[in-house]
Amino acid sequence: MAEGETITGNRALQIEEPLLFEMDAPGQCGVDLPDSGPFEDRLGGLERRNPVGLPGLSEPRVIRHFTRLSQKNYAIDAGIFPLGSCTMKHNPRLNERLARLPGFAQLHPMQPESTVQGALALIDTLADWLRTLTGMPAVAMSPAAGAHGELCGTMVIRAALDARGEKRSTVLVPDSAHGTNPATAAMCGYAVEPIPSNARGRVDLALLKERLDDDVAAFMLTNPSTCGLFEDEILEQAEAVHAAGAYFYCDGANFNAIAGRVRPGDLGIDCMHLNLHKTFSTPHGGGGPGSGPVMLSEALAPFAPLPWLVHGAEGLRLVERAEGEAARAIGRLKSFHGQFGMFVRALAYMMSHGGDGIRQASEDAVLSANYVLAGLEDVMSLSYPGPCMHEMLFDDRFLKGTGIATLDFAKAMIDEGLHPMTVYFPLVVHGAMLIEPTESESRQSLDVFIRVMRALAERAKGGDTAWFTGAPRLAPRRRLDETTAARQPVLRWLPEEASAEKAAE
Amino acid sequence: MRYLGLTDADRRAMLAACGAADIDALYRDVPKSAVLADPLDLPLHAGEMEVERALAALAACNLSAADAPCFLGAGAYRHHVPAAVDYIIQRGEFLTAYTPYQPEIAQGTLQYLFEFQTQVALICGMEIASASHYDGATACAEAALMARRIAKRSRVVVSGGVHPHYRGVTETYFRWLGDGLDLLPPSLGDEDLAACIDGDTAAVMVQNPDVFGRLRDLAPLAEACHEAGALLIVAVAEPVSLGLVRPPGEMGADIVAAEGQPVGNGLNFGGPYLGLMATRQRFVRQLPGRIAGQTIDADGRRGWVLTLSAREQHIRREKAASTNSGLCALAFCVHMALLGEEGFRALARLNHARAVALADALAAVDGVTVENDTFFNEFTIRLPGPAAPVADAMAERGILGGVPASRLFPGVEDLADCLVVCATETVSDDDIAALTAALKEFV
Repeated sequence: MAEGETITGNRALQIEEPLLFEMDAPGQCGVDLPDSGPFEDRLGGLERRNPVGLPGLSEPRVIRHFTRLSQKNYAIDAGIFPLGSCTMKHNPRLNERLARLPGFAQLHPMQPESTVQGALALIDTLADWLRTLTGMPAVAMSPAAGAHGELCGTMVIRAALDARGEKRSTVLVPDSAHGTNPATAAMCGYAVEPIPSNARGRVDLALLKERLDDDVAAFMLTNPSTCGLFEDEILEQAEAVHAAGAYFYCDGANFNAIAGRVRPGDLGIDCMHLNLHKTFSTPHGGGGPGSGPVMLSEALAPFAPLPWLVHGAEGLRLVERAEGEAARAIGRLKSFHGQFGMFVRALAYMMSHGGDGIRQASEDAVLSANYVLAGLEDVMSLSYPGPCMHEMLFDDRFLKGTGIATLDFAKAMIDEGLHPMTVYFPLVVHGAMLIEPTESESRQSLDVFIRVMRALAERAKGGDTAWFTGAPRLAPRRRLDETTAARQPVLRWLPEEASAEKAAE
Repeated sequence: MRYLGLTDADRRAMLAACGAADIDALYRDVPKSAVLADPLDLPLHAGEMEVERALAALAACNLSAADAPCFLGAGAYRHHVPAAVDYIIQRGEFLTAYTPYQPEIAQGTLQYLFEFQTQVALICGMEIASASHYDGATACAEAALMARRIAKRSRVVVSGGVHPHYRGVTETYFRWLGDGLDLLPPSLGDEDLAACIDGDTAAVMVQNPDVFGRLRDLAPLAEACHEAGALLIVAVAEPVSLGLVRPPGEMGADIVAAEGQPVGNGLNFGGPYLGLMATRQRFVRQLPGRIAGQTIDADGRRGWVLTLSAREQHIRREKAASTNSGLCALAFCVHMALLGEEGFRALARLNHARAVALADALAAVDGVTVENDTFFNEFTIRLPGPAAPVADAMAERGILGGVPASRLFPGVEDLADCLVVCATETVSDDDIAALTAALKEFV
């Protein structure tokens, strides 16, 4: 065997792990349940006729399986995770503990309201914090994530325009907007039209004004933008949008740069979703669950989705039907009352930081980003001059002529123990690299990051192309063949015979 | 402040490194008139102890379903979640990871998603499944939209037995898509769904067991759908039922949209939950949401990636449709791994046995009628008068005695006296005795 090879394919702490289904040991079981005893079934002859096909495993084997899998993941707990616009900040464990209190975790959503006043008060308190932080008068708590919040906001705008008897068909979106915006508008029956950026990476105000007319339903801005910049003409944008009778929507994905310092309500925003999993530290969990409350202006508030939380004579109550005060609600967007478990975590985060700490966190996020910018701008190509907000945008000009692409650069970071930044987004520059360090990182951690990035940039410019195009070499896997995965999709495990049959087809 | 990484000395040094006199210099692009002059009217920062005390006080104002005989279901089910599940999902490598955009260092997440997809496909009796959605309701709405894309027809017929929130969300999603939905009225009587199918019907959506707990053989309906060129969408609110009841796939379903909360996930006052979607292989390119797929790496070793990524936000933005609940999918996956074939089927049997015991006990109460001929772990009873006040009175007594149908379907007169009751494996004989006694007293 060559050096570094092993009998098992394992490499010390990196242990190769089969699929659960390949570990089946019939007779093993990870739970002990009481016997059902005799009974006369009421299934009406609809009993399952075939085995499900699930593997049998004891508890220790299950624990070991998932522990080994976990060791193949990078995570914010393990190191800096500078994914721009994704805001990978520390996830406090107190929040996890509190979300698991039986008085929260073990509440059924259909309990009588008299038995859940504490939970309703928690939602109300969180809503209050959000209203204060944004300077906006109303909030819809139920959307499940940022993209769902955008859907909610766009629907509310559509409903408000319908109520005004106006038929408008276009939503304007800056070309640097966050990924999901155009899809959302399309679902509400709006066509999306991009507004180009100017040379400073901001929305081109003249082009925006030129395009605004009575066919425009809304302007959907991301501010601070995904170029990491504050839209310095935002007040003029708001004025122009409102003069055209349109609504001003803001994607709040980057609210973490300004929370406590600037209130979107003061900027003329009519509608904005927040990502509790970004600004307010609820864990990303490998892709959800998130939570995307939507802040609304006075004019849009009557159209907020169900349920509504209102103060009544006997305490807080839920309005679950479009009637009375909620007669104009757009309807329901989700089962029950929203991502309650995330509300607990977000409120715990806010109370821990307080108004002073939220402001400090925003300032630290911006300071850390500018510190990284200053540390890298002479060796990488900054797309737009600073100062930046909580993230900064580089493009691939500094790699020109090296044969190294943004992706290769990112993969080389993996071998150094860094999670790459966001790559190829936003689309407004070539080979984008969007870096967001967040306020969680210490100066020591930022210094290591800067040092490694500088060294990689120097190495790239020095012509060591293969170093990059062959990376990563030390991760649990080397580059994966995404083309074959998409062309011949294998999306589930099949027993060996079935697998062979399928291949023969 | 314990979550912040910088000291004041760091801040001064870093500002200097940036060439900024103070922090305001970095915010110079914010219009002056929009800069907050005074601190916001919010409390100051607080230590762990203080925050814990404040939130624990709020938690203490609630009646935990763990402390009460609980017979609530109707789309959220209380099951015993093994300790191992919560231990695994709290591992930082899972909890604090991002969406697996860099697959070389996210194989843990990608492999469990692939395992999860397989588990979901298996229990539903379908060929493939997606890597999770927000919840059962949004999965239903997505399924209806998917059926329209496949059938290239506009209308979807929704049974009156579909959970009102699933109906409601689907209605909201369809609000601006033109005349697309036929919502049949909720009723304990029979409905003839096949008669509602015409040449413009993309799909029929039914729930099994339905919101009143009834089971139905869907094979004849599937046949009617397919004859007319329409799809059958089957919603499942309680996936534990699939350990005992014939799965939708074996009855001809084309799309299954389900709530995954009951496996591995707590009640959490309604969220976060977990949407499941499964379908036939031939519809894979219309399946919304994320999907993990198998492939190999540069050294030929097996690995996983997010695939068919037209759906993802980083490509083809106007078509993006990612809606995920990753950590809830992990909880589902771990619980299902612990259960295995034997455990999953035993759990389902146990649930049914508890519900049969409950139904027999309630049927013996004067004035109470069990409305169901068939059920899994949930059924509907009729009381001699309105059910909501009875449920409230029982709650005062510390018994969560069922969901009044009037909360599910307000204003439907025929249902006002009905209570939907559920018994999972967590319901004891004492709990049943407590509910029976309470009903005797209040009815």
